[in-house]
Amino acid sequence: MIHISDPETPRLPPRTPHRPLLKLFFGDVLSAALTALALVAVFMLLPGLNWVTLDANWAVADPDLCRQGGACWAFIRAKLNLILFGLYPPSEQWRAGLVIVIILAMILVSLWPRVWGGRLLLVWAGAVAAMLILMRGGMLGLAPVPTSKWGGLPVTLMLATLSLGLAFPLAVLLALGRRGRLPIARAVCVTLIELVRGLPLVGLLFVAAILLPLLLPPDWTVDKLGRTLAALTIFAAAYLAEVIRGGLQGLDTGQTEAAEALGIPYWKTIWHIVLPQAIQNVIPPLTNTAIVMVKNTSLVLIVGVFDMLSAARSAATDPAWPAPYAESYLFVALIYFAICFGISAYSAHLERGVRARRHS
Amino acid sequence: MLRSLWFSSRVRGWAAQAAFLGGLLAMLWWLAGNTAQNLAIRGIRTGFDYLSRPTGFPISESVVRYSPSDSYFWAYVVGVTNTLGLFVGLARRSEHPLLSRMADIYVTLMRNIPVVVQLLFWYGIAISLFPPPAQALNPLPGLFLTLRGVYAPSLVLGPWGGVLIAACLVLAIATIVLMRRPQAAALRLPVRIAVGIAGWIVAAWGLSVLLSHPLSLQSPELRGLNFTGGLQLSPEFAAIIFGLTIYTAAYIGEIIRGGIEAVGKGQWEGGRALGLTERQIMFKVILPQALRVIVPPLTSQYLSTVKNTTLAVAVGYPELGLVVNTVINQTGQAIESILVMLGVFLTISLSVSLFMNWYNARVALVSR
Repeated sequence: MIHISDPETPRLPPRTPHRPLLKLFFGDVLSAALTALALVAVFMLLPGLNWVTLDANWAVADPDLCRQGGACWAFIRAKLNLILFGLYPPSEQWRAGLVIVIILAMILVSLWPRVWGGRLLLVWAGAVAAMLILMRGGMLGLAPVPTSKWGGLPVTLMLATLSLGLAFPLAVLLALGRRGRLPIARAVCVTLIELVRGLPLVGLLFVAAILLPLLLPPDWTVDKLGRTLAALTIFAAAYLAEVIRGGLQGLDTGQTEAAEALGIPYWKTIWHIVLPQAIQNVIPPLTNTAIVMVKNTSLVLIVGVFDMLSAARSAATDPAWPAPYAESYLFVALIYFAICFGISAYSAHLERGVRARRHS
Repeated sequence: MLRSLWFSSRVRGWAAQAAFLGGLLAMLWWLAGNTAQNLAIRGIRTGFDYLSRPTGFPISESVVRYSPSDSYFWAYVVGVTNTLGLFVGLARRSEHPLLSRMADIYVTLMRNIPVVVQLLFWYGIAISLFPPPAQALNPLPGLFLTLRGVYAPSLVLGPWGGVLIAACLVLAIATIVLMRRPQAAALRLPVRIAVGIAGWIVAAWGLSVLLSHPLSLQSPELRGLNFTGGLQLSPEFAAIIFGLTIYTAAYIGEIIRGGIEAVGKGQWEGGRALGLTERQIMFKVILPQALRVIVPPLTSQYLSTVKNTTLAVAVGYPELGLVVNTVINQTGQAIESILVMLGVFLTISLSVSLFMNWYNARVALVSR
């Protein structure tokens, strides 16, 4: 039996429905079944939501009473400093807090297209130097704090920004090498990119933790944080290189041909003509890679770096509290979610603006 | 002459490459020298002969049976995540407001929280919030959630059990072939499917009776302090499998939604003009074309799932990375052990991408 739609009410394209709610929910057998399914799912999730909110204990006098019927948020309250700042000396924690504020402010500023340019890079370099001085101390009257005492959210944020910042120039070189005309350079770039992309980050972190001390001269010592940063940088560089290569491929060959015809040298062509256009075209995937790297920093707990996640895990092992693992991981998840969702929502907003300007 | 050589781009290119290669070789030489020196200082012998020595450390969970590289695991992950992913992708696009909002929230949550945090969260729930075996949670018949792990019914193979499974598969294929013959086309599709399934069930049941029921479902039972029988999953394994499944399903859902949206609007309009129903358009017109767009990103998703299994170290499950780490700690054979690990992952990555490239080529051919 053939169904022909009514010519007077043409069917609209999907996703723009103008149908009453009742019909949407119970219009036909399938909708009714889906409504029932969704309601059942909501109903099954209710106890969990209750556990997290209504039944939760927000403040208790005795840690043993914390887990009565609900989540133990009093634990997070008691251990907030440990989770956020790790083993950083309590009297100096304002410095770590300041580092968090600086990084978040820099990220917010950098997402604004109007400030992009050489000057922003200088500001970033200054900010990184300021953060390192703040964290490390030992000058300007700040008490020195060794890297083994660093921990928590500042380590997570610094690993993410530093690895991305160091990886970006490397990625541009790798992408150019892979697209270039020199066969040996191309082979080396392809091998490096594919090797790193074929390996899990955990493997790479192990490699850095175990192999780096073997590969460097015996009197050079790189601490754990430095080795981890090296692994994260190489990993980010391989993935960023593929994104940038996409941008290079999307560029019209007429651009480089015209530059060649005008006698502009290769490096000037790349710097002034190719890269600005290529990178502008791949800003959304670059943002995605940045978010992925923020999430990837959580893996450093596997090689024993004391980031926010490891801090939360070690906080939860305190025998005075009733093993509040789920609560501490939920709290960490909330912070990661706020950072990643914030960046992606903002970049989606920017993308919409770019698209609107292009089409107008 | 020399001037023209100096300005020739070919000569410059080769000179640059020679310098580059020289620098690279010098660096490798330097690294190798350092390594040799370091190894000598620590008194480590190189070579793969350590592989044949006995290990001297037990692996707490038999890696052979439940290792993430096991085919069961892969069959499970691919099957369940694809189905879930397709459902999520369709749900996010559906006109049903409740369903699409829920799918939206689910995907956003999964995509903005690191996997390790998710795995540790599920593991934390499994080891700190599940009740002891005596008060096991029992959400579905036969499925028990306890502090000591997750227990599910398992399939027990008697004598001839393997033969029965093989015969059932052959029967299923034969039924499909039979029902696709032109003689069967006189029946309508739902009738044909029903007849096929009914025929298959009758034949399989008959065969099972003939072999005196070699297959049985064994449910876990509470005996004393713990469950016996059935399929027993440790909290670690249950957390990894559950966490990775729902995490990967969100990504696959996004890939499928992207593929559906990449198919032109004209295809929907053409389908409507031909009088097809929305469901027919979706499954017969849009999805087959969307497959072409979906396959390449799906490849990278499978590859990252393979790589994500290494995160099992975070919850203490003895997968490859942890075993390699233990071997390194015990023998000091760091370089060889890491080469073994790299070899395993590169082999898996390359075989998955080879398979997906082959499948991609097939899909591309069929649709043009």
